[in-house]
Amino acid sequence: MNVVDTIRSRLDEGDVTCEALITCLFEYLSSELTPERERAIEEHLAECPSCVAYLKSYKRAMALGRAALGEPAERPAELAPELVRAILESRR
Amino acid sequence: MKPPAYARPAVPPDDEGAFLAALRAGEERAYERLVVDYGGRMLAVARRILRSEDDARDALQEAYLLAFRALPRFEGHARISTWLHRIVVNAALMKIRGRKARPEEPIEPLLPTFLDDGHSAVCYSDWDVPADEMLERAETRAMVRAAIDELPESYRTVLVLRDIEELDTAEAAELLGVTANAVKIRLHRARQALRELIDRRLKASSA
Repeated sequence: MNVVDTIRSRLDEGDVTCEALITCLFEYLSSELTPERERAIEEHLAECPSCVAYLKSYKRAMALGRAALGEPAERPAELAPELVRAILESRR
Repeated sequence: MKPPAYARPAVPPDDEGAFLAALRAGEERAYERLVVDYGGRMLAVARRILRSEDDARDALQEAYLLAFRALPRFEGHARISTWLHRIVVNAALMKIRGRKARPEEPIEPLLPTFLDDGHSAVCYSDWDVPADEMLERAETRAMVRAAIDELPESYRTVLVLRDIEELDTAEAAELLGVTANAVKIRLHRARQALRELIDRRLKASSA
């Protein structure tokens, strides 16, 4: 059993530390945890402001990443005419 | 694979059959449309995956070359935009693989650390600036782009494929030639590292 599996199995015993919560955050947010493990995570969150703050900032980092790199729908990029020509010539 | 929400189709769904027929017939105007109408979004995808503009343009040209060759075998079951999206993602990943392998910076210094009893080694606090306000600021977006570019390449790639290009785990795993579990682990670490890099920048700017 690797370290992550050991940490996950501790959730079943109700032994939820900050390490266990942060290790399993991906599965928690993807709804991949068993209901028992999910409940254990939520019990820890109810009494750990530091982990609540970590969870919030993790989700905000994801949203910021999308906003920073995602192309706005109303402003599609345009290709330079010479690039269009080069691409079309490549099929000849 | 569905294209990201922002990748609106250039050709309306009802017209795709006729458009595809025109391409198969070798009509010059249809090919021009395939490049002009779809190329901008494809270049944007290549830019997000690759950090260099030259590499992104190369990947785009390579993607179109692959698409032109594959066109006779494209049966039109997927949308044209979806099909092209997958091709350009592939071309960009091939570009990364073709680069001279450089040792990657370790990601561990950007991951949370814990005390022996499993408590976080630091006490986290949420960011002061409201989320909406952060998203609207151009300077925040530039700061976040810089933070993403600071991620080690293999983590940055997974983050872009999953969280920005919206590939699912199985698709990302297939394209990267790794297991689905490896994608999940890398993505979680990439998100944690991005959180840390943004946190450091916000603290530095408010100090």
